[in-house]
Amino acid sequence: MTIIDGIRMALAAIRANAMRSLLTVLGIVIGVAAVITMVAMGSGARDQVQQQVSSIGANLIMVTPGVRRFGGVAVSGNAILSEEDAAAIIREVPGIAAVAPTRSGNVQLVAGNANSTSRLEGITEDYMVAREWTIESGRSLSSSEVRTGGQVVLLGQTVARELFGESDPVGQSIRINRTPATVVGLLKSKGQTSFGQDQDRIVMVPLPTSRRILGNSRIQPRRVDTITVKAESGGRLGTAVEDIKDLLRQRLRIPPGGTDTFEVRNLTEFLSAATEATQTMTMLVSAVASVSLLVGGIGIMNIMLVSVTERTREIGLRLAVGARRGDILLQFLVEAVTLCIIGGAIGIGLGIGLAYLIGNLAQWPVLVQPNVIVMSVLISAAIGVFFGFWPARRAARLDPIEALRFE
Amino acid sequence: MAEIQTIPPAAAADRPVIACRDVAKTYAMGGGVVQALRGVSLDIFAGEFVAVMGPSGSGKSTLMNLVGCLDTPSAGRVAIDGEDVSDLSPDQLSDIRSRRIGFVFQQFNLLRRTSALENVMMPLMYARRPVTDRAERAKRCLGMVGLGSRTDHFPSQLSGGQQQRVAIARALVNDPTLLLADEPTGALDTRTGMEILELFQRLNRQGITIVVVTHDPEVAAAASRVLTFRDGRLVSDRRNASPRDLAAELAALPPANDEAGEAVA
Repeated sequence: MTIIDGIRMALAAIRANAMRSLLTVLGIVIGVAAVITMVAMGSGARDQVQQQVSSIGANLIMVTPGVRRFGGVAVSGNAILSEEDAAAIIREVPGIAAVAPTRSGNVQLVAGNANSTSRLEGITEDYMVAREWTIESGRSLSSSEVRTGGQVVLLGQTVARELFGESDPVGQSIRINRTPATVVGLLKSKGQTSFGQDQDRIVMVPLPTSRRILGNSRIQPRRVDTITVKAESGGRLGTAVEDIKDLLRQRLRIPPGGTDTFEVRNLTEFLSAATEATQTMTMLVSAVASVSLLVGGIGIMNIMLVSVTERTREIGLRLAVGARRGDILLQFLVEAVTLCIIGGAIGIGLGIGLAYLIGNLAQWPVLVQPNVIVMSVLISAAIGVFFGFWPARRAARLDPIEALRFE
Repeated sequence: MAEIQTIPPAAAADRPVIACRDVAKTYAMGGGVVQALRGVSLDIFAGEFVAVMGPSGSGKSTLMNLVGCLDTPSAGRVAIDGEDVSDLSPDQLSDIRSRRIGFVFQQFNLLRRTSALENVMMPLMYARRPVTDRAERAKRCLGMVGLGSRTDHFPSQLSGGQQQRVAIARALVNDPTLLLADEPTGALDTRTGMEILELFQRLNRQGITIVVVTHDPEVAAAASRVLTFRDGRLVSDRRNASPRDLAAELAALPPANDEAGEAVA
């Protein structure tokens, strides 16, 4: 007997009891469908967040002033970060590719009789590298403009469209909170973030220019709002975060054991925070699915035991005409596995359908990965082997004389 | 001449298909022990048509199970085609059954949802015959029993006699040394039973050794040798000088209003 003979016999037996077989595999169907749906939705969400994080820029660390709160009460003031802190980071922390100190705020833009609002970033040249912005037309800011605070601006796509429609904004003049500036470049589009924020509603000016537009701090004239740090590689992120913290504690004279008045965040932490929710959900559903698969497996075992009893005479006959015990074992094992794989296949189809349906209704990204499908098939087969083995062995151990006499 | 012990040198050319020596079989049943066979010795030679008779409980079914390699004796030896099968494992017995023995049962034991052809092909699968010539062999055997044109019929579409013919074709498909039939006409009406016996006689003339277990003297009268069992012992071993000629008997009957097989080549 070959495995093909086994599959042929299994399909014939399943077809002979189609309704019973279908009901039997329901547990497997539900379990597999639940897993497929959840994993598709979870990995869809993770994939989207991942794409957005990498569109913000890869291997990023954000340094911001921050208040450590204790029971809702701020226990110390915010730190004030300065350009010197940024310079110190690139000077003293190893494995850093770029450091970009920025001032930022919201501004009014006017060009002719069109106007718009936007986020303004006062930047240095490294910002473009760190946040992976590229120029679509025109040019980027020159180093002398950045140093001297030239009256020049880069426009994001949304802003450019609102101010100039479809015409080329490069070379045009605009007013930013009444400060005039010449558009020198148009930024390439980055689209929306996962939180629905339009990344293209942005204008960028040299850092000194932004101080003139947004107003300056009297305490620290070289103050910045954020220092964006780009590590050379993902592997360096962890140590770089620690190094930066140590450095800033020193520079801000925070005593050992004192509260940090700044925050150093690894952007991949964002990613893991975002995926943690879906992972928890996936684990929950997986637990439910495992129970369903277990119950499904027991159902398979039950129906196989019934099948073996019903077909006792057939087994006796097969033994009489020369089947070995192994042939009988294989026949019933293949039948159980085939049953489970059919259930798994239905479950995969159902799960994918359900994932896309929910994804459509809830505007949720869905990603069906082939390895999940392969895994589902393998797990179904494994359930078949595990729960089919005992009934199959019972069939194989029948005594041919007794089995032939069975009524 | 150094030959295997169980075979008498004189019979080398004509060695027994079945050789039993002091065969005993006991079963534990309830609290006690049942002695189904109490020391039976017999030889059945190639080309014989043997009927095994006796009342129920006489041990004839037990003998059939031992000779059919479905079971092993408690004592004594059983050899099939010179091969001692007394101490074989279940899988070794399966192989002997596969190669040497064809079974025919009272209740036909066909697989219901499977065509006649596939029923006949089934033993070929366990004999590990190549898939490619299974159908051809099975068709030839269906032809031998007169069902060459009904290969695609399912058992439910066939009469009792035709179902038994399918079962006989299935028994023949691996070219067995021995055809073992247990009450093959028990579930059939008289005429159909005669037709099956006629088929056995024809197969026997072609050289196939046949052993039929029956309690019906009419059936036994068709065999060339009759063994009678009582209380686990062989009490009579009689040659039948003039067995019934079923072909002639059937020809003498008024034409049948039923099916039977088609004319057989």
